[in-house]
Amino acid sequence: MDTIGLYHTTIGKKAVMAVTGVALLLYVVAHMAGNLTIFSGADAINDYGRWLREIGAVWPTRVVLLVCIALHFVAAYQLTARARKAKGRYEHRRRVQGSYAARTMRWGGVILALFVVYHLLDLTVGWLNPNGVPGDIHANVVADFQHWYVVLAYTVAVLALGFHIRHGVWSATQTLGVTTSRVIGLGVAVVVCAGFLSVPFAVFTGLVS
Amino acid sequence: MKLTLRIWRQSSATGRLVDYVLDDLSPDMSFLEALDVLNERLITSGQEPVAFDHDCREGICGMCGLMINGMAHGPEKATTACQLHLRHFRDGDVVTVEPWRAEPFPVVRDLVVDRSAFDRIVAAGGYISVPAGSAPDAHATPVPKPDADTAFEAAACIGCGACVAACPNGSGMLFTAAKATHLGVLPQGQPERYSRARDMVAEHDALGFGGCTNTGECTPACPKGIPLTTIARLNADLLRAHTTRSDR
Amino acid sequence: MYLEGSPIADQRAPVGPIESRWDRRRFSARLVNPANRRNRSVIVVGTGLAGGAAAATLAELGYQVKSFCYQDSPRRAHSIAAQGGINAAKNYRNDGDSVHRLFYDTVKGGDFRSRESNVHRLAQISVEIIDQCVAQGVPFAREYGGLLDTRSFGGAQVSRTFYARGQTGQQLLLGAYQALERQISAGRVEMHPRTEMLDLIVVDDRARGIVVRDLVSGEVSTHFADAVVLATGGYGNVFHLSTNAKGCNTTAIWRAHRRGALFANPCFTQIHPTCIPISGDHQSKLTLMSESLRNDGRVWVPSNPLDTRAPNDIPEAERDYFLERMYPSFGNLVPRDIASRAAKNISDEKRGVYLDFADAIERLGALAVEQRYGNLFEMYQRITGDDPYKTPMRIYPAVHYTMGGLWVDYDLRSTIPGLFVIGEANFSDHGANRLGASALMQGLADGYFVLPGVIGDYLADAPFEAVDDSHPAVADTASEVRGRVKTLLAVNGDRTVESFHRELGRLMWDECGMERNEAGLRKALERIPELRDEFWQRVKVPGTGEQLNQELEKAGRVADFFELAELMCVDALHRAESCGGHFRSESQTPDGEALRDDANYSYVAAWEYTGVGQPPVLHKEELVFEHVTPSTRSYS
Repeated sequence: MDTIGLYHTTIGKKAVMAVTGVALLLYVVAHMAGNLTIFSGADAINDYGRWLREIGAVWPTRVVLLVCIALHFVAAYQLTARARKAKGRYEHRRRVQGSYAARTMRWGGVILALFVVYHLLDLTVGWLNPNGVPGDIHANVVADFQHWYVVLAYTVAVLALGFHIRHGVWSATQTLGVTTSRVIGLGVAVVVCAGFLSVPFAVFTGLVS
Repeated sequence: MKLTLRIWRQSSATGRLVDYVLDDLSPDMSFLEALDVLNERLITSGQEPVAFDHDCREGICGMCGLMINGMAHGPEKATTACQLHLRHFRDGDVVTVEPWRAEPFPVVRDLVVDRSAFDRIVAAGGYISVPAGSAPDAHATPVPKPDADTAFEAAACIGCGACVAACPNGSGMLFTAAKATHLGVLPQGQPERYSRARDMVAEHDALGFGGCTNTGECTPACPKGIPLTTIARLNADLLRAHTTRSDR
Repeated sequence: MYLEGSPIADQRAPVGPIESRWDRRRFSARLVNPANRRNRSVIVVGTGLAGGAAAATLAELGYQVKSFCYQDSPRRAHSIAAQGGINAAKNYRNDGDSVHRLFYDTVKGGDFRSRESNVHRLAQISVEIIDQCVAQGVPFAREYGGLLDTRSFGGAQVSRTFYARGQTGQQLLLGAYQALERQISAGRVEMHPRTEMLDLIVVDDRARGIVVRDLVSGEVSTHFADAVVLATGGYGNVFHLSTNAKGCNTTAIWRAHRRGALFANPCFTQIHPTCIPISGDHQSKLTLMSESLRNDGRVWVPSNPLDTRAPNDIPEAERDYFLERMYPSFGNLVPRDIASRAAKNISDEKRGVYLDFADAIERLGALAVEQRYGNLFEMYQRITGDDPYKTPMRIYPAVHYTMGGLWVDYDLRSTIPGLFVIGEANFSDHGANRLGASALMQGLADGYFVLPGVIGDYLADAPFEAVDDSHPAVADTASEVRGRVKTLLAVNGDRTVESFHRELGRLMWDECGMERNEAGLRKALERIPELRDEFWQRVKVPGTGEQLNQELEKAGRVADFFELAELMCVDALHRAESCGGHFRSESQTPDGEALRDDANYSYVAAWEYTGVGQPPVLHKEELVFEHVTPSTRSYS
């Protein structure tokens, strides 16, 4: 195993992005599933949150996530810097292929990073939350999504995440050596988007209160 | 038919687009023949003709390569610039013609670029080491037809550089992957399969090409339609070269 | 018109049983000890199948090699465009093939104007080539059992042509190119792309180097070695329109000819029957449609030459499948010269003849046809806009290959010691007509096996005394080259190089093309010198010599074509017989077939240069046939 040598190649950096991306995606899916407990009532989601803390899952998860995000970001930054230097600049250029999702990976990633900061300050630390009571997840969420602009912010972020996943899943498998159908990425993205968006819209429309 | 060719002219470090109006073209001409007509005219009027690379003019040598209206080799799928015919343009069109642009492909003059980086990638490992005279009988090792077909599909690469020219990352990965796949799926190519992937990618990176981010711009630009699956194969071989084959 | 000199003979082919001549020659050839090969250097000009394979193989053996090509990469040499396949006497089909049959077919196909010894060696080596290429990873077509597939080509009744779809040349060349790159990477080959050889350096009667021009910087420089190998291909572009790449030229071999190498059979030109017809005056080159198409395609013309209906509207009864009618036993697969002339006699350039796949599609299904010829059909459609799956292709003959070239002996030595010539650039193996799928075979045979097998016999006397730019012979040659570049730039006339080339090409096609006669050739011989003089007075070459200057490159090449064209016409005129691709209308059978004159012309015409516009000197090499008795070629 020659990890350093591998990382020095452009493919190695992409492999790091693929592996960390997959880890982050697993977290995102688990997070989404946890969110859905809100539909079983206020106690269900608050209990779920308490249970996560009791089994000691929170901090190890945070550490792993942080490492993944850091690696994902550094590799992306290095590849972007390299691409900027390598690519040609045309007077007249037309894209032939390349989905919107593929083209927006870099800016989409930046948007997601900014959103994560906001999201942490909102529902983890509570500073930006209208309710902001630690541990009372249900009340905090309901307080948040009374406001159309919060719903809008979350919707934009979730859609950005969807695009990122749509290309990311296909790209990760390709990088790891298997060409899969692009439909898989699309499917995962749709499920994740629907799962995440169900909560704010349920609150906003009064389905959850 | 009439076309306005907006052509990149460069004889020093910088260049610019210059418009040339040609009004007596035939739709049966190839794009390069239209450039021939322009050059004849430039020469007789005492100007320097447009330098552009071309040789076989039948789509196989890979020498020609022009960015035509922002698309590598122009708008037709699976067609090199030399086989692109004017019937695919409309009378009166303005057509922008630029050289390939990428850091590892410096412009030599006008539309001519230096693609020797590709030769260096092949030199780094894109071969099977078999000195003349050392080969066993051709039928000693049967090759399953699907493998032979996959190898051929990848080997059809003409090394024109359209993949790099079209790539938003300036990556040469489709070219590198085509060679790695061609040799890597054949039984004859197995002994050097992983070292080949490792050495070619290392050279590709060292030459300043960008990394592949799977945006998929290369395959549609490729006049031979080399598929993206070749890149996945190369990725797999490279990962294996670095993870399980410490001896390599 | 010409003078006759002393006869010439191949001194190096062993006599005796033909089957063992090559083995005996290899055994008698001196060797260079592996440790000493490092101190022997070889220049190889051209990186096609012959040159690429030779440079790689000589480097593998341990020689110091310098390789040159005018293209931006050695992978782009015009061998890459060969479509159909490569012959080999493998007899994998068990259909009666053998080395002797390939030998026989090739001698007969060449209309008994080639050397038996050379052709037999070629047939022997053919089997090794396939082995070598498969080991290199050439993705030949395979059957479902995993074994190699073959197909039939013109002039053969066995299936011995190995192929990689319609891109056999490309795949074989990439094999050689990869082997070459491996040696470049190992430091044993010094590669000079975008560099054109403009003259040969002869010192003390030995070829010792070349003068080249760097096509990017324009710098003229000299390179030295113990031997020089020319692998610069054919000169079909003398006709302006041909299937050759635009850059193909005669300069390297012509300059060597001017320095003393004899030029053999220059008039032997191959006209390929199946090319896409000319669509207008703008035409810059002609595109070949592989001979392999004649495996399944049927060639026909409307029975009524004035019929203007679309091909699909012409009923079966009003079609003339003329090849099948005239040559029932070979049908559509008669050799190229015969098919081309038949097409020319029955139609003209504008109408062309049809190559029809309707029967094949019905018999095999569109899918099977696509698998065999898909890329060729696509190419046809791209160029013409017609879909060959639905409408018959329109085809017409075009210049494709030149059998003539520098004279070489059995060891591939030219008449200048130390100058070897391989591949299409030499004259040796194809006589007056080359069979399909034999060019790749010969190029690779020369490059991988023949030259490496015998060059040691010459290099055993090396290293020769070092030379450098200060040597008078070197300085003279280099300054001649520089002078020529300057002269071309200084004319500053009013006609483009292209216009001269077009005019010369038209003249050659009309008078020295598919059919030649005395009056036409005499006319050409009057016109060529006039045109050449006009060229040197009126040509316009813009730009300078110190830059990438593609017009200057072209001008130098066309200037040499003028001199070569004259020699081709002299050769065609002196050979008052018809043989293979050389058809003199004065010499034909009552039914219009080529009439050979073995009593007077069973020789190789090797020409000696005496000066521009001066009568060349003819040296005859008598051809001896011990194993194949010359007969009237019959394919009917």
